[in-house]
Amino acid sequence: MLRFVLRRLAAGVVLVVVIAVATFFLLHAAGGDIGRRILGQTASAETVQFKNQQLGLDQPLLSQFGHWLSGAVRGDLGTSWFSGQPVVDAITSRTAVTLSLVIGATLVTAVIAVLLGVLAAQRGGWVDRVVQLASVLGTAVPGFLVAIGLVLVFAIDLGWFEPTGYTSLSDSAGGWLAAITLPVLALSIGSIASVTQQVRGAMLDALRQDWVRTLRSRGLPESRVVYEHVLRNAAGPALSVLAVQFIALIGGAIFVETIFAIPGLGQVAVGATSQGDIPLVLGLVIAVSLLVVVVNLVVDLLQGWLNPKVRRA
Amino acid sequence: MTERLLDIDDLVVEYPGRRRGAPVRVLHGVSLDVRRGETVGLVGESGSGKTTLGRAVLGLAPVAGGSIRYGGRDIAHLSRTERRSLATEIQVVFQDPYSSLNPAMTIEQVLTEPLTARRAGGAALSRADAGRRVRDLLDQVHLPAGAGDRLPREFSGGQRQRIAIARALALEPRLIVCDEPVSALDLSTQARVLALFREIQERTGVAYLFVSHDLAVVRHLSHRVAVLYRGEIVEWGDGDQVTSRPEHPYTQRLLLAAPVPEPVAQEQRRADRHRLLETQRQQDEQAGVLA
Amino acid sequence: MTAALPLGPTPAVSTARVPLLRRLVRNPTGVVALVWLVLIVLAAVLAPLLAPHDPATASARDVLAPPGGAYPLGADSSGRDILSRLLFASRVSLTGAATTVVVAAALGISAGLIAGYHGRRFESVASWVASLIMSLNAVVVLLAVRSVLGPSMVGAMAVFGVLIAPAFYRVVAAAVSGVRHELYVDAARVAGLSDSRIIARHVLTVVRAPAIILAAGIAGIAIAISAGLDFLGLGDPGRPSWGGMLNAAFGVIYRAPLQLLWPSAAIGLTCIALVLLGNALRDELERSAGPAPRRRRGRTAAAVTVATEPVVVHEEPVGARGGDLLRIQSLSVGYDQPDGSVTTVVRDVSFTVRRGEVHGLIGESGSGKTQTAWSILRLLPPGGRIVGGTIEFEDADLASASNRQMTALRGAKIAYVPQEPMSNLDPAFTIGHQLTEPLRLTLGIGAAEARERALALLTRVGIPDPPRTYAAYPHQISGGMAQRVLIAGAVSCNPDLLIADEPTTALDVTVQAEVLDLLRDLRAEFDMGVLLVTHDLGVVADLCDRVSVMRAGRIVETGPTRSLFADPRHEYTRALFDAVLEDGPARGPLIDTDPTTTADTATATQGARP
Repeated sequence: MLRFVLRRLAAGVVLVVVIAVATFFLLHAAGGDIGRRILGQTASAETVQFKNQQLGLDQPLLSQFGHWLSGAVRGDLGTSWFSGQPVVDAITSRTAVTLSLVIGATLVTAVIAVLLGVLAAQRGGWVDRVVQLASVLGTAVPGFLVAIGLVLVFAIDLGWFEPTGYTSLSDSAGGWLAAITLPVLALSIGSIASVTQQVRGAMLDALRQDWVRTLRSRGLPESRVVYEHVLRNAAGPALSVLAVQFIALIGGAIFVETIFAIPGLGQVAVGATSQGDIPLVLGLVIAVSLLVVVVNLVVDLLQGWLNPKVRRA
Repeated sequence: MTERLLDIDDLVVEYPGRRRGAPVRVLHGVSLDVRRGETVGLVGESGSGKTTLGRAVLGLAPVAGGSIRYGGRDIAHLSRTERRSLATEIQVVFQDPYSSLNPAMTIEQVLTEPLTARRAGGAALSRADAGRRVRDLLDQVHLPAGAGDRLPREFSGGQRQRIAIARALALEPRLIVCDEPVSALDLSTQARVLALFREIQERTGVAYLFVSHDLAVVRHLSHRVAVLYRGEIVEWGDGDQVTSRPEHPYTQRLLLAAPVPEPVAQEQRRADRHRLLETQRQQDEQAGVLA
Repeated sequence: MTAALPLGPTPAVSTARVPLLRRLVRNPTGVVALVWLVLIVLAAVLAPLLAPHDPATASARDVLAPPGGAYPLGADSSGRDILSRLLFASRVSLTGAATTVVVAAALGISAGLIAGYHGRRFESVASWVASLIMSLNAVVVLLAVRSVLGPSMVGAMAVFGVLIAPAFYRVVAAAVSGVRHELYVDAARVAGLSDSRIIARHVLTVVRAPAIILAAGIAGIAIAISAGLDFLGLGDPGRPSWGGMLNAAFGVIYRAPLQLLWPSAAIGLTCIALVLLGNALRDELERSAGPAPRRRRGRTAAAVTVATEPVVVHEEPVGARGGDLLRIQSLSVGYDQPDGSVTTVVRDVSFTVRRGEVHGLIGESGSGKTQTAWSILRLLPPGGRIVGGTIEFEDADLASASNRQMTALRGAKIAYVPQEPMSNLDPAFTIGHQLTEPLRLTLGIGAAEARERALALLTRVGIPDPPRTYAAYPHQISGGMAQRVLIAGAVSCNPDLLIADEPTTALDVTVQAEVLDLLRDLRAEFDMGVLLVTHDLGVVADLCDRVSVMRAGRIVETGPTRSLFADPRHEYTRALFDAVLEDGPARGPLIDTDPTTTADTATATQGARP
């Protein structure tokens, strides 16, 4: 078991390193006069050159990379070119907000999708058809349209929620809950739809297996067959798609944060990319990759627990 | 004396191991020959390597040692292109009548595939030629001429196996490797398909390497029989002798394990089997004490 | 002679040969989706002709003009015509989606074909790259790309194509490696087809349909992503785009909420149309695949149209009667069809099983023997039900018993041994868990006692190292061992009736002999009645006291095994015995290979079989 964890962890580290290196060179290769971009058209050539020197941009790319790398391994990802704030601070201060959205949406997705998927697979008939239709529409409509629709209906028309803004959990638990309800809902719809389809399919697959008949023939009550055995077998595929959804939700959060004006990673990301703030963009890419590695590791461990065959792989 | 068509000598087949593990040896030096117009039965249980041996002859299994000579030429290590020229010599009928026919192709397309493969650049046969050839092949396996434009799923298991036989006959080969061709079929269908195999052999003089787990089927069709056990041939010789008076302990166990469809005889056979197992166990023990 | 076999009526049109597009047109959802998409494409192509205004001309007087008049859909916050902008914007969305699909398909399909067909090293590298790409966050990467490339929609969408190519890769590689192991591909190789011809004939045809379905889905995602980037303000502000229009409308959400409707509708409906198109394609393909070929014994229960004929009954020897344990009378089993009719697969079947006896139910595939067994357990597959007759067991009629009653009887009184050992154990639980769970539920005993009993049972059925097997998962034991485990599970609660459905068919003959011995011993030890379903006359001869022969859903002959085997009277039973090869004559040594001389003897030896 320990070897399994270590191997997955090593693979994850390799992934982050590959992504970091690739992103560094791609971003810096694009080049352009960065000092000029930061200081604007009015600045003199000398100040622009000084700025470039200050940022170390006059040095060869490899030595820039070496410099950045030596900082990165110590946990220092440099400072933002525009705000001068350390990248690590800029990211960590926003991560909690984004994570609360994404984790909230993942939990909502997991609960509702399993309920709907099991219901559709077990009941069949019109229940199944309604769930299927809803999930097809749910996967088709882009999340930001859902978010805009929710703002229009629940915030502007009905006035149940504030259309924009964010209250942190430490300030007011109720305020926090009210602030993240619509964003989490907007994020969840699409992932609920696709995870529901997956759960339904996996349940139907498992229900068709021969061992289901044999378990029934042993006198096990139907609820036990379905909720203990069939669901356990269906959980693996469902978990895989949930992990994929988690990664997608981080992307979705960027849109949702923009629409609801929530100060999360999304705002940082949009700002940094439109400005071309390379250290910040690089830091974001690495932060998200780390998150993905952690999530994948957790999912792998859960899969091993669910499926005895995986444990040996 | 009849000429040897296929001569397998000390054949070793190994599949690459998983994740840099040691290769898995499936056949440990197997020797066997098939003469013109002869049926050689290859009998064994799961894991004996009987299917692998058939696939090695067809060039579908990795040969790690030994030789497979066909008409005097070693065919164990041919390139894909060299191998293709053998299509008119060696053909195959597989076990599963469902996955051995492409479900999206009509019977005519299935049957003309080997014919087009032989033509330069894969040029299509003329429609008239193809139609005539297909009708002829269907007739050889006693299927109606109108079957050509149907899809495989419109046929029963036995009929599909006839189609697979027709495909094997299309290139008029001299050897057909039959991999459990009747074991997926019902008893009465099995008997009819076996009769067809025999009829075709007697008419065309084709040789069969006939792989089966069923001693009775092998006995019915084979001139000579080889018994495979864990990748080795443990007994090999005249079909009647091997299948009714075997000498090797494993073949003896195999023979007595198959129930006879006659209650009184089966009771006798069951008693014989228990006695044999007891004797063999005692011999093993003695061998163990001596060793 | 095996003359021309009857083939049954030709189906009117075989759907597989109707082109996919034409079938799609018959699917209502498909038509609606297709019409919408065609309209969007036309709008993009003909935008300069259709647009009433120049999309970039702003008119300060017409800021946020309501729909109507010169502006059919109104004017935006800069006073530009919304309809004209929508028309021109569809070009951005469509070229973006097309770029993504082309890049993703080109990369993913070619890599998938190579990996699936040639396998091995390329496959492991490609799969690693695919999983690496899949663990990237597409939106974050696109934002990073944007900071390098600037607002280039085609560039961003091409990168997105790379990011989503693993979807194509996985689908194609899986489909191809599935095909590669099909025997018809081996047959094509043996027939001398080159690799490229095999790929063209057998592989591409399999890949085509899933690739088209996937392309529709990916186009939908690409449209959403490109609109999303524009919505974030990261697109080219000089060109009208749906996302950009949505952004502008969102800015005036309080003043003119209607403005949101038009770009939202364009984006949403196009995405929905693409997904529905994919679904419709899948439905049509599944329909044309028709009833999937049913490979396994027992499932292929054929429709019954045989006229009533009397069952041949052999007399019982005097004094050999025990009490009836199970009495089945006039049992019929049917399956509900989509058109409301019922296909009968078992008709008017009557027989009894006595305490302590083994009753064999023999027949070929489609004879209804397995359906009969499942109906006694009331475990017929979905759609199947008992349509007539009674199943008397211990003063109860199982045909009309409640589900609760059946659950109480199963395991405790009536047990079941299935055909395929490996597929009948739940792969996610240990053998021990699967043995003790029914024990604890049915007998109400504690965990420790259940464990002890389970270990004793494993010892009893001849498992060499019971504690190890107890702790093992199903994939860690052999088929023969698994069948012993299943038998142990079946007898664990001392049932009165054991229903064994081809219990040795999947086993090697030497293992079969051992399992038959085990069943014989257990039958005596537990004093059970056994209903043994089989297709093998040898198994019946070995184990059964009485036997019923089934054909096409009916019993045609029944009686004590010895007298039925000695004197089969029904023509079908006789035909079965005629087909038996055991102890028949051997072929004999090869005498002459000259086909001209053997031809005459050939015709003489044929025709022995009907």
